[in-house]
Amino acid sequence: MMTPEDETELKRRRTSRNYALGALLVFFVILFYAITIVRIGD
Amino acid sequence: MKVLAQTLPTDWRDFFALTKPRVMTLVIFTGLCGLLAAPGSIHPVLGFTAILCIALGAGGAAALNQWWESDLDAGMKRTARRPIPSGRMARTDARDFGIVLSVASVGIMGVAIHWLAAIILAISIVYYAVVYTIWLKPRTPQNIVIGGGAGAFPPMIGWIAVTGDITLMPVLLFAIIFFWTPPHFWALALFVQSDYAKVGIPMMPVVRGEKSTRLQIIVYAVLLLPLAAAPWFIGGTGAIYGVTALVLSIAFLLMAVPVAFRKSAPDDTMKPEKRLFAFSIIYLFALFGVLVADRVIYGQGYL
Repeated sequence: MMTPEDETELKRRRTSRNYALGALLVFFVILFYAITIVRIGD
Repeated sequence: MKVLAQTLPTDWRDFFALTKPRVMTLVIFTGLCGLLAAPGSIHPVLGFTAILCIALGAGGAAALNQWWESDLDAGMKRTARRPIPSGRMARTDARDFGIVLSVASVGIMGVAIHWLAAIILAISIVYYAVVYTIWLKPRTPQNIVIGGGAGAFPPMIGWIAVTGDITLMPVLLFAIIFFWTPPHFWALALFVQSDYAKVGIPMMPVVRGEKSTRLQIIVYAVLLLPLAAAPWFIGGTGAIYGVTALVLSIAFLLMAVPVAFRKSAPDDTMKPEKRLFAFSIIYLFALFGVLVADRVIYGQGYL
């Protein structure tokens, strides 16, 4: 059984994990865009 | 305890901790130095990507290492607080995370830089996670020598990312870190009480004894001297690197001598060992730093 404290902690971790993953995705989108632009000139 | 903790999703910081961020700073530094010291040029975006891939690969290998060794880590004071043994992360999560990081790093390196760099990166990951961690570390007291090979890959990969081929220079950079690692680690092993023996990892001071470990330290320090200066002898660098490498290596050797030919007494302060260990870190940073400085100064025509 989950206590209300566990529930809050679960939500906090899930939120922060989603933000971390989101930031990572945005970062890779920008990186791949930059790589593509640079390599198109080769 | 363990089951209860597992009902909560793992905090993202524990995934970050799994990549061994402190080891990674050294990986990034030596990889970047290899990249900057190599002849030729690389677009900053691609240079950044190459270093990122080296770091991701090292992180993936570190995660796989902790997946495999989680029960050993649980038995040692230094490592018991790591994400898996402390019950904050499931073992399979670490394994999957390690595989994703490893595959992604090799794939991005291949697509963005070239496949030679990607293949060497893949070899370095398999070398650390399989050859070292799974196969040889628990089997031979030479494990540190073998593990040093894993740490020796980053500058080589950084260099190859720029040049696109394997010449003697990146191999020499590999050899320098390879021969530097045993005296660096064994100096530490002599003054830090570790519990590797408790979990069955055969570390040199325990298996072969203190005397043998000390002698092997000096052997590697002697071999390191000509290797560190070799980039200058073969004309790969200028005198700025060459002279600095000789001075640093002679100092390293002089500090290894008292370590090699003494015997620790009960309640020994282990001063020579601590000094050698501290200097070994300065040595590596200075050597690779001056490698880049040499390249920049001669390459830009300042001298």
